Amino acid sequence: MLTEEEIKEIQEEIKQYPYPSVACIDALKIVQHHRGWVSDESVKDIAQLLGISNEEVDSVATFYSRIYRKPVGRNVILICDSVSCMVMGFESLYEYISKKIGISFGGTSSDGRFTLLPISCLGDCDNAPVMMINNDHYNRLTTEKIDELIEQYK
Amino acid sequence: MEKPLTKHIKPGTAPYNLKEYKQAGGYSAVAKALKNIAPGEITNLVKASNLLGRGGAGFPTGVKWSLVPMDGNASKPKYLVCNADEMEPGTFKDRYLLEGNPHQLIEGMIISAYAIQAEKAYIFLRWAYKKAETGLRIAIAEAYNAGYLGNNILGSGFNLNLYVHSSAGRYICGEETALLNSLEGKRAVPRTKPPFPAISGLFGRPTVVNNVETLSWISHIVENGADWFKGLSLTPTGGTKLFGVSGKVRNPGTWELPLGITMRELLEEHAGGMTDGHKFRGALPGGASTDFLIEEHLDVKMDFSTVAAAGSRLGTGTMIILDDKTCPIAFIHNVEKFFALESCGWCTPCREGLPWVEKMLSSIERGTGKMEYLDLLSFNAKYFGPGNTFCAHAPGAAEPLQSGLKYFHDDFVKHISDKKCPWR
Repeated sequence: MLTEEEIKEIQEEIKQYPYPSVACIDALKIVQHHRGWVSDESVKDIAQLLGISNEEVDSVATFYSRIYRKPVGRNVILICDSVSCMVMGFESLYEYISKKIGISFGGTSSDGRFTLLPISCLGDCDNAPVMMINNDHYNRLTTEKIDELIEQYK
Repeated sequence: MEKPLTKHIKPGTAPYNLKEYKQAGGYSAVAKALKNIAPGEITNLVKASNLLGRGGAGFPTGVKWSLVPMDGNASKPKYLVCNADEMEPGTFKDRYLLEGNPHQLIEGMIISAYAIQAEKAYIFLRWAYKKAETGLRIAIAEAYNAGYLGNNILGSGFNLNLYVHSSAGRYICGEETALLNSLEGKRAVPRTKPPFPAISGLFGRPTVVNNVETLSWISHIVENGADWFKGLSLTPTGGTKLFGVSGKVRNPGTWELPLGITMRELLEEHAGGMTDGHKFRGALPGGASTDFLIEEHLDVKMDFSTVAAAGSRLGTGTMIILDDKTCPIAFIHNVEKFFALESCGWCTPCREGLPWVEKMLSSIERGTGKMEYLDLLSFNAKYFGPGNTFCAHAPGAAEPLQSGLKYFHDDFVKHISDKKCPWR
């Protein structure tokens, strides 16, 4: 079941659109903001609220890369694997992080602290290599910088 | 050398707030346009300036606007959408403008919306651009408070509401009709054209979609005129452009420079040349979806028509450099893997061909490729080409592939015959 707060936030989005289903992506983002990911149950709840089928909501949810249909860790590390970062050392950086937190791309650490995912170009190529942790952007990465950053996210 | 778009941007400091922006002459073009110039005349002015779209395709902005129905019977509301979904690998110019001067974009959007008589405007923003989002939301609130947005702007009777829509990922959202589907809360698959968005766009209403850099120009053109704009470039096109260089160069970055400077000037004078121990082998001149240019092209002028004449595209104007310490097959594989992953799956050549290409390239890079793959790669590149798909995604993916096969043929053959990557 969606919480009252979630419903209120989704209805606020619906107001600015000509019809409710336009708020589908907003609704998915709102639920994910509160729960970290979007479960099958949440897909059904959103569909009911917007007056569209479960399948329509799921087709949208599974299309967008920043909507998670599986649980993720408390912190999501997104490492840019696009071409400028590749030239500037993405591969060794990935190996370092992967070894340090003990997971590969797509994995979540057993303590639930980190999920590690690749991300397409983050638009900061003159400062490559780059990554994001949750909503925070980091560039000109080195192994020392990674060590410091990882410590900041519990 | 004039730098109209970036003169008020100081990296590392907060962008101008409304007061500072106004002190620097900001929002005077809005007042001038809304009070003294008819909407159609603004479109004519932009047409006369020959402002070509800065998102990558280079379509004339004024012509795009002139397709919007302007008679009293046109369906309403009309929409203006700013494409701020920058995600072309190797491209980092819109981030600079969005973070550096949000009011310049807002002012450009108000005048552009007035020109096509749009009452609603959206900024479709890449989700990852959090700093830009914060700055834009603050600037929009300031503009509402000062009466530059909302109802009856500056007493002109013109109304405009402006919203920021933060995306949920996927490169295809940058394709203008896919972007419109995404704004409607749907999967971001491209639409059939015609009808063009100018006739039937967002929610079936007349809509113009323009890039951040394009819209950032409008206040300057209104203020200074079409002739001034045309005089800014070294080639006849008109205007400066944000150029960028990334890769193994001494001083990677983005700079506002006149259209028509050479690749060599960009690489050597602005990016500082290659870093020690690295040699230039080639570059994608305008993002991942542009054909390679190599050493013999270094004196090509960076403008839409001149880069096209050299066999590539100006694209976004941000070059990605391939150096001699990077395997060209790995480079091309990386780019094609991106396109395969980001295909929306709507058209067959793109959905089926790109993963096939990705697998063959991966295999060649690992030393398990076969000679016949070279023909199969060319075959796919041909079928990705314009006319076989709804949008420019697969044609874009074909560009680094077909030119890579041509310029790095020997490297492909060596990987296959030696059964290993010489760079590993």
